[in-house]
Amino acid sequence: MKIHEYQAKTLLAAAGVAVPRGEPAFTAGEARAAAERLGGRVVVKAQIHAGGRGKGGGVKLVAGAAEAERAAEAMLGMTLVTAQTGPGGRRVGRLLIEEGLDIERELYVGLVIDRALARPVLMASRAGGMDIEQVAADTPESILKESLDPVAGLLPFQARRLAFGLGLERPVAGRAAAVMLAAARAFLDLDASLLEINPLVVTSGGEVLALDAKVNLDDNALFRHPELRELRDKAEEEALEVEASEHALSYIRLDGRIGCMVNGAGLAMATMDIIHLAGGEPANFLDVGGGANADQIRNAFRILMADPNVTAVLVNIFGGILRCDVLAEGVIAAVRQLKVTLPVVIRMEGTNVEAGKRKLRESGLNFTTADTMSEAAERAVALAAG
Amino acid sequence: MAVLVDDRTRLLVQGLTGREGTFHAQQAARYGTNVVGGVSPGKGGTTHEGWPVFDTVREAVGETGANASVVFVPPPAAADAILEAADADLDVVVCITEGIPTRDMLPVIAFLEGRRTRLVGPNCPGVLSAGKAKAGIIPGHIGSEGNVGVVSRSGTLTYEAMHQLTRLGLGQTTCIGIGGDPLIGTTFVDALRLFTADEATEAVVLIGEIGGTAEEDAAAFIADGFRKPVVGFVAGQTAPPGRRMGHAGAIIAGGAGTAAQKQEALAAAGVTVVKSPADIGAAMARRLGG
Repeated sequence: MKIHEYQAKTLLAAAGVAVPRGEPAFTAGEARAAAERLGGRVVVKAQIHAGGRGKGGGVKLVAGAAEAERAAEAMLGMTLVTAQTGPGGRRVGRLLIEEGLDIERELYVGLVIDRALARPVLMASRAGGMDIEQVAADTPESILKESLDPVAGLLPFQARRLAFGLGLERPVAGRAAAVMLAAARAFLDLDASLLEINPLVVTSGGEVLALDAKVNLDDNALFRHPELRELRDKAEEEALEVEASEHALSYIRLDGRIGCMVNGAGLAMATMDIIHLAGGEPANFLDVGGGANADQIRNAFRILMADPNVTAVLVNIFGGILRCDVLAEGVIAAVRQLKVTLPVVIRMEGTNVEAGKRKLRESGLNFTTADTMSEAAERAVALAAG
Repeated sequence: MAVLVDDRTRLLVQGLTGREGTFHAQQAARYGTNVVGGVSPGKGGTTHEGWPVFDTVREAVGETGANASVVFVPPPAAADAILEAADADLDVVVCITEGIPTRDMLPVIAFLEGRRTRLVGPNCPGVLSAGKAKAGIIPGHIGSEGNVGVVSRSGTLTYEAMHQLTRLGLGQTTCIGIGGDPLIGTTFVDALRLFTADEATEAVVLIGEIGGTAEEDAAAFIADGFRKPVVGFVAGQTAPPGRRMGHAGAIIAGGAGTAAQKQEALAAAGVTVVKSPADIGAAMARRLGG
C-alpha cells in the first residue's frame, strides 16, 4: 500500500527522524492558515502517490501566506503529470505546506528488502534528490550499503560507517547516523516494503532532516496495523481496482480491449502474454484465485465489464480445486444476470472439464469455447476487433 | 526416483483440523502419500478424520516418526509454524499459506541457514512426486510418472505445464511450486541442484515470472554446468512496471525484474525459452526428441 508524503513524514517523525515543520491542507484556505502558522517562506507540495512532482509543477516555493493560498488554488484539482504517473496524470486533492529550509547538502537514504540476501538493506548516497535507479545505473560504486540483521536491525556502527562514508563530519555525521537508525527501526516496525528519504538534507545550520519521504507498506502485514490501514487514499487508486479488492479479487486495469478472467496470478499474467502474442491487448489482469465461488465469478465479470474499453472477454481457467463444472455454472449465471452481450471466449482445462463444457453447450448462451490457450487468445482477438 | 517427497515420506499436516488442511490431507492420502498425523495447538490428543492430532510438532515427530510437513496455517501464525517444524528437524517443510508478512519471513530464512530442514514456499502449491507422494494442493490426476522435473513460481502455470507434458506422453518426476513471495525457502537454483542429483530426472521445465533475480540466478547456475535440457517460460511479458501482479513477488521495480531480461538470461544459458505458455510441452517434446 502506498501512502502520501505527509503521512510518511508523520510516521518518520514519530520514529525519531527530524522532518521540516509542516501541515497537510485540503483547501486553499487551509493552505493559507498553515503558511501563516509556519511563517516566512513556505513550500507548497502536491500530495499524489507518484514521484517526480517538482518537474511537473507540483512543488512551489512561495514567500508567504497570500502566495501560498494562490499556489494552492492553482494546484488543487489540477492533473499532475510526472514521469511516474503515466500520461493520464493524477488529480491533486491534498497538499503539504512546509517551512522553507536553507539547504547545504542533499543526500539519499533508502531501505528495501534484498530478496537474494533475504535481508533488509539500507542504501545511502551523496547524490540526494536524484533518481536513485539512475545513480545505481551510472555510478553503482557511489551507493553505500549495509544489510540489516533480521532481528537486531541496523546497528550503530553500521550507521556510523555509512555517515562517515558519505563524507560527513561530526556533529552532522552523528545526526545523520541517528536518522538512519531511526529510519531502519521504522522500516521494520511499520512492516514497510520501501522507505525512501530523498533527499535527506543538511541545512546551513547543520541540521539533518527528511525533506521528502516515501513509504510503501507490506499489504500482507496490514492486519496488525489497523492505524496504518486508515492511511489508504482510495482516490489515488483506480475505482475498479478498489472495488475488486473489496471482493478479494486481484484486478489491475490495463489499456487493451480483451477483458480477462483467470485463476492464479501466473496463469493470469501468461494469459495477458498470449493475447499480446495473438495480436491483441489485454484490458486487465484479473486473478479470481484458486477457490473462487459463483459470487466471486459474478463480481469478477461485473468489474471487468465495467471497463468501457472491453469488447470481448476471455475466460481461462485451469481447474484444480476449482472444478470446471462449478466454474461453468458461475459463468452462465453471471452472463445471464448481468445480461452480457459481448462475445465470451472460454477455455477450461483440468478437473471435470467435460461436465463443464457440457453445461456451457446446454446453456443456450452464445459462448465461444476453445481447447487450447492459443486458440482461445486468437478467437478473443478476432472477436474483440469486431 | 524423485526429489523432496516420495514413498519414504511420512507427512505431518500443520493446521490439519482447518478446512484446507482437512481437504488436502485427504487428497494427499488418496494420492498414496503416507499422512501420519496433524498438528493443531490446543487439539492435541484428539483424532481428526482418523489421524492423530498433536499440540506440538516435536511431540508429533516423536509419536509418528514424521519427516516432512505441509503447512496450512493462516498468515499471522504461519511463519511460526515453519520455525517449529524446522526446530523439530523435519527434512522438508512445504508452506502453502499465502499472505505471510515479509518481516515474518526474514527471521525464518535466517533460522533455516545451516539446518537440515528444507523449506518449500510459502505461497506455493507444494510438491508432487508423480505416482509416489504429494505435499500441497497440486491436483494429483493432472500428472503422470516420467522423467521431466518441473519447477515454477506459479501454481496454475505448474498445473498447465504438467497437463501439457502429460498429454504429450511426457511424465514427470517431481513438480515443485517454489512460490510467488519475495522471500522463499527453495529457489530455482536449489531445485535445479536437487534435479542434478536425481538420476530419474532427464529434463526440466522452469517457469518464472517478473520480479527479483531468481531466473537470472538460475540462468547463471545452468550456464555453469547444469547438463540436463531445460525449457523455460517467463510470465508477465506484458505486465506494467511498478504494479504487483497478484503475487507479492511479481513486480517490476525500477526497471529491474522484467520478463525480457529474464528470457534473455535463460536463453543465453542454453535454455529453450518459449514466449507462449501454450508451447511449454511441445518445446520439451522437441528437446527430448531431437
